[in-house]
Amino acid sequence: MTNKTPLIALSGQQNAGKSTLFNLLTGARQHIANYPGVTVDKKYGYFSYQNQSYQAVDLPGTYSLSSFSLEERVARDFLCVENPDLVINVVDAANLKRSLHLTVQLLEMECPTVLTLNMMDVADKQGIKIDTDCLSQRLSIPVVTTIGRKGEGREALYDIIQAHTVGKVVAAADTHRSSVRHQHLPYYPALAGAMAKLDAALFPLMTKITELPYHWLQLKLLENDTQITGKLAELLPEAELTSLSNMAKEQRALFEQQHETSINDYIAAQREAFVQSLLSAALTVTPHQGPTLSQQIDKLVLNRFLAPVFLILTVFLIYQLAIVQGYKLTNYTWPYLASLREWIAALLPEAGFLFDPYTRSLGLWIADSANTLLNYVPIFMILFALIAILEDSGYMARIAFVIDKVLHRFGLHGQSTLPMILSGVFAGGCAVPGIMATKGIPDHRARMATILTVPFMNCLAKVPLYTLLVGIFFEQDKALMMFYISTMTIIAALLVAKLLSVTVLRGEESAPFVIELPRYNLPTIRAVLTRSVERTWIYIKKVGTIVVAVSVIIFTLLQYPGLPDERTAFYQQRSEQAINRFNKAMNDNPYLELAQGEQLVSLMNYYNDFKRAKLNAKGAAASKAVNETFKQRDPGLFPFVKAPKGDKLAKKANRALRKLASARKSIRREIKEERLSHSLLGSIGRSLEPVTQFAGFDWKINVALLSSFAARESSVATLGVLFQQEDDQNTTLEERMGNQSNNLTSLTAVAMILFFALYPPCLATMIMVRVQTGQYRWMVLALVFPTALGLGVASAAYSLGLALNISGIAMMSGVYFTGLTLLLIVGLYPALRRKQHPTIQPISHDNHGAL
Amino acid sequence: MTLNDTLPNQTVVVHRHHATGMVRQRLMDLGIMPKAVITMVRSAPLGDPIEIRIDNSHVSLRRAEAAGIEVTQITLAEIR
Repeated sequence: MTNKTPLIALSGQQNAGKSTLFNLLTGARQHIANYPGVTVDKKYGYFSYQNQSYQAVDLPGTYSLSSFSLEERVARDFLCVENPDLVINVVDAANLKRSLHLTVQLLEMECPTVLTLNMMDVADKQGIKIDTDCLSQRLSIPVVTTIGRKGEGREALYDIIQAHTVGKVVAAADTHRSSVRHQHLPYYPALAGAMAKLDAALFPLMTKITELPYHWLQLKLLENDTQITGKLAELLPEAELTSLSNMAKEQRALFEQQHETSINDYIAAQREAFVQSLLSAALTVTPHQGPTLSQQIDKLVLNRFLAPVFLILTVFLIYQLAIVQGYKLTNYTWPYLASLREWIAALLPEAGFLFDPYTRSLGLWIADSANTLLNYVPIFMILFALIAILEDSGYMARIAFVIDKVLHRFGLHGQSTLPMILSGVFAGGCAVPGIMATKGIPDHRARMATILTVPFMNCLAKVPLYTLLVGIFFEQDKALMMFYISTMTIIAALLVAKLLSVTVLRGEESAPFVIELPRYNLPTIRAVLTRSVERTWIYIKKVGTIVVAVSVIIFTLLQYPGLPDERTAFYQQRSEQAINRFNKAMNDNPYLELAQGEQLVSLMNYYNDFKRAKLNAKGAAASKAVNETFKQRDPGLFPFVKAPKGDKLAKKANRALRKLASARKSIRREIKEERLSHSLLGSIGRSLEPVTQFAGFDWKINVALLSSFAARESSVATLGVLFQQEDDQNTTLEERMGNQSNNLTSLTAVAMILFFALYPPCLATMIMVRVQTGQYRWMVLALVFPTALGLGVASAAYSLGLALNISGIAMMSGVYFTGLTLLLIVGLYPALRRKQHPTIQPISHDNHGAL
Repeated sequence: MTLNDTLPNQTVVVHRHHATGMVRQRLMDLGIMPKAVITMVRSAPLGDPIEIRIDNSHVSLRRAEAAGIEVTQITLAEIR
């Protein structure tokens, strides 16, 4: 062989511990990419052993190598085209019978295979004894035993890998024409005739079909395998392909006539017989009495009455640990983010009196946007870790089992559970990893429905706006509102999913819900942490790239075209007046010398920095430290900000400075508001007013909602900027918005909450939708539909509420119960119909055809 | 009778499938093929899907799919 790096592929069924072994082999040196053209993860990595480096690929977990599912087609393709030097077939030793079918198929594909019996400890405990030598001999391949969870077997694997790649031992029997019977493969005597006929036509064509194993190809043709036919279409001229297909079809019909069963079923039955005879020789089971631990746990957890209890408990636990405790954790991490921001502020050019250089404004804008999002990182790490525990322990499958009926009724799938939880089903999550998690849903229609409804979930970023609005307008009904908000999204998601299933998604293919409920497992810390870090990193990347990019755009849209010259002059005049007042107050004050001309601006910035530092300092000791720092920074100016005891003049200076500072602040605010009002985004907001007025939104709210398209979190920040008031006091945003003169009523708040809950996902989610669906039209749908829906519902709520003259909370209750009723009707309709017409049988959604 | 008609703790033998295509393949992948022995374990709290035990593993499938699997009853003696 050449000097190229040997390629090792890991293939096996789900729940066999394949990924654990992959991690064992490759350690930290692994990456995830995409198989070209499809949204299936390609996991690959590297490892070295005795001075030889190897490349390993973790193929998708597949139960067999048919051509029905995407994962199987991808795995098959990889095996045929990439031709790995060795295939490690990872098998659950406690589930040999079912698992060996895949092994046999690998052998029929003529892949050099090593059978790896994993989870030997479980097999042991269940009284299963495997004669590995017998297996090895019968299959003519090496057999290795491992306990992946405990890390046992790595050396053995390395040895075998080395022996069979670099060592050049051939790990599979040579290939012959089908007339030779292979002891180590199943035998298909009834196909002899068919294969002979096919042989005559196929063999001469093999020069054109070099990458496909011969014997296997015959079987696939006779099975009428669609992927193979497609592949052959690429390699053979049409005439030859047609004659080949026709011959295969002939043989199939003939066989069915003669044997009263299809070729596919015959092949499967023969394989099963082969596996059974294999196991009768190599396997001995001493069944032990009593249910296994998994069964005992399931008795409890899947009990008819306890199951919902456990479910609710789980969700509550996730919420408590991730959101509530996570939030407390952010109190410790925020100071670091704040100081990072200050550090950036110090690096940027200084603020002017009225106008800051663009680099400063932009820099701080980006820093603030990023900080708001990065603040959530601790919460996400905990959330994703908990979800990983759910997945690895096996409980996630049970959740799917319990609620599949409900989800299926609305066009979703039991396996939509994970994406929905990740996206924040009650209060907290992120739609970006949520959409990525839809990969596992086999039912294409349900998968699309999940992708399109997951953005309705309560992602973490929506929470600040909800909190703000509830805090202002619904102080008394806080708990009720939060309950509505938390559960409303599920109602909306289910209804929308149903709507999509019967309209847009009608043509998509549907798949059965047949899943394995794996044994319960204690998750390894390593696996949980890896998954958690992986998903959190996705979130951080989203922040680092998309949010920053879009916030720059929003910033630009908010700045330009800027103030017209007369306005600038107007504000300059006002600032000069303020400075004059300052100078007058400082007459006869020696400190005035330090505050002349250029120095005044420095003094102002010094003062502001001081105030901010004091705000960030927690506790008396930190506060004192701030004093010290600023004293050292500029001892001359220090008395301005903190007058030494007894120094009356310094006190006067301090007061004058404070007055000037607040005047400057209010002028700047006015400038900002005016600039915003005339900015591009402001103009857009204003142009939308005719439409949004029905929802009670003025241009300011429009602007805030538009800017939150970048990242939901920006909505609060933008609102903060928009609702500035000319005030000496430092009122909170709540107070400013709640002021009656602003025309915001509780009805407006309800409309905002409804709109925000329903309207399109942030840009990052949209991009993920595009990536996962592979088509732009779904992304457009994900954008247009929720906007229309959100605006429609918000407008209806506001206008109706206004017309009926009811309070915000009453309207909210009205909307909520309408939704709930609709949900119940849609959900229970089939059952009701059946009660009325008992003769109608339940119709299944799959193709049924008696054989 | 079909798998859909079985009761918890009942053990049956698979006779044949009525499903085709992907559903059939999936069921067979999980070991549900003619002559396989299945024990019905329970149905989900809402009645659907159902959980069965086959060999050493537990599989969950919707009643709609179970209705496509023809089974025959089996006595304990026959299992041993």
